[in-house]
Amino acid sequence: MALIEARDLTIGYTEPLMEHLDFNVERGDVFLVLGGSGTGKSTMLRTMIGLQPPLGGSIELEGVGDPALLDGKRPRFGVSFQAGALFGSMTIAQNVALPLEQWTDLDGATIDGIVAGKLRLVGLEQAANRLPSELSGGMLKRAGIARALALENDLLFLDEPSAGLDPVTASELDDLLLTLNQALGLTLVVVTHELESIYRIGTRCFLLDRDTRGIIAEGDPRVLRDESTDPRVRAFFHRESVTGEVTP
Amino acid sequence: MTSLAEILQTPRGERVLRLHGVLALDDASRLRAELTAALDEGPVGVLDLGGVERMEGAAASVLADALCASGAPPRVEGAAEDVASIVALYWRDGAPERHEPRRRQGFIAEVGETTLELIARLRGMLSFVGQLSAALLAGLRRPGSIEWGAVGRQVERHGADGLPIVCVIGSLMGLITAFQAAIQLQKFGADAFVADLVSLSLTRELAPLMTAIVVAGRSGAAIAAEIGTMKVSEEVDALRTLGICPHRFLVFPRMFALLLVLPLLTLAGDLVGILSGALVATSTLEIGLRNFLMSTQEALVPADILGGLLKASVFGVFIAGIACERGLAARGGAEGVGRSTTSAVVSMLFWLVLLDALFAVFFNVWGIY
Repeated sequence: MALIEARDLTIGYTEPLMEHLDFNVERGDVFLVLGGSGTGKSTMLRTMIGLQPPLGGSIELEGVGDPALLDGKRPRFGVSFQAGALFGSMTIAQNVALPLEQWTDLDGATIDGIVAGKLRLVGLEQAANRLPSELSGGMLKRAGIARALALENDLLFLDEPSAGLDPVTASELDDLLLTLNQALGLTLVVVTHELESIYRIGTRCFLLDRDTRGIIAEGDPRVLRDESTDPRVRAFFHRESVTGEVTP
Repeated sequence: MTSLAEILQTPRGERVLRLHGVLALDDASRLRAELTAALDEGPVGVLDLGGVERMEGAAASVLADALCASGAPPRVEGAAEDVASIVALYWRDGAPERHEPRRRQGFIAEVGETTLELIARLRGMLSFVGQLSAALLAGLRRPGSIEWGAVGRQVERHGADGLPIVCVIGSLMGLITAFQAAIQLQKFGADAFVADLVSLSLTRELAPLMTAIVVAGRSGAAIAAEIGTMKVSEEVDALRTLGICPHRFLVFPRMFALLLVLPLLTLAGDLVGILSGALVATSTLEIGLRNFLMSTQEALVPADILGGLLKASVFGVFIAGIACERGLAARGGAEGVGRSTTSAVVSMLFWLVLLDALFAVFFNVWGIY
């Protein structure tokens, strides 16, 4: 059974952004949700994690339907938001400890040890006692990932993890995501439009198209880049305008 | 319940720590206790992970923590590929460094820090007044640079939308004052002065002050929260980078709006308050409506009403100024906005009462009342 299974899915707010989508996310994938600005990538992510109800169709996580995604029970996945979405009144360590305090019976010393491990994993050991307002954009994203990892779920959703970061920090973040996928076996669902990250970390992807309100390509991003003949797909993967000119 | 960790001995006398089963997040406390008990007897030479079916990151953290605390790291044996990679990931260069929780400061340090904060705030307020004055002078030279278009929207938001609550509060104040006056004055047979007392106390004190308190709670808090949110989300910085002065763009429209709106709302409060007082007087005392209104007319002089309206205008400027200053001083996300809004409301209430007292003294000294 696929980890995430979407059937005839329509997403949007009052008006549909994407219609009649069918796709699967398999265990162990680094699955990329791709598309231009305004195509509904973030809405897709919000629908997958249950923050936004679908306008039609169904989306299931391990065979359990929409309401079970966020139903006040222990979450079955972690979510890393675009700007970290850390709680400003808590230190980074407190942010990471929060889900452990909420959902486990672990004692304080054990939680402290686990938090230290997570912060080390994302390279933020030295920032444990700092407040989110004292961190840079890249550090906030990494702290958000540490919090999303706290409950040891094997599925992680990430919204634009490397957007707005300098190339070195973005590359370090890609390394972290590869580690999470390859060493810890996590399945990652990533919304992004950073081409370097796409080719580096993605194992499968789909490309959303605003005009057709659907998926116009699906598969390995490197294969799509090299072999697709669809001008819209080529435009996206080769940074071309639809007329074929390369964007500087 | 089977144990997760046990100590074995090799034929050569080397101590072996053997772990079993599924080492998951929820077992982390048990694992830690068993590791501590096993390692208390002495360091181990070998860590045998052959019996581990699955290990989660939390268990790897606890393991790294316990083993490094016990001395030299042991040799790892028998680990399946996935278990070995997780252990390696969490056990790079020893155990992760524990963070020391932020300590609460001592009393003296708290007092010192609060004093410094107060001084910084006072400096911030003075700086705000200075910047505002400079922006006002620049704005007077180039009136077009002030966002006049926003004044109308602010007048509607803080004036028209706030009229119902001001009228409700004003009528209740009129009712309460009339009842209290009727009870006390009846004792001296001075019922006829109820109208004087209601109209004078409302126009001089109650209507301006109560209206200002309502506007501070309703509009002042909204302004502080709105500008505070703009500040922490860098919208104010964005204005500056566009060459737009935040004082002219954000502060003046709100200040001009409250300068206009407060006297008008106060006037509404005066009217409904006096009418409510008349209702009480005509229903509980033997005073006709006509007599009540005539007494009111005789008791009030223009200075009573105009003095109240002048106070209201000053209150309006202060409410907008404090709300904007606190909003622009917000920092540190959602909590910072909450702090600056609370601080704005408390400051506004303090300044309103202080200003009212100062007006009472000056009006008395100058013989206006």
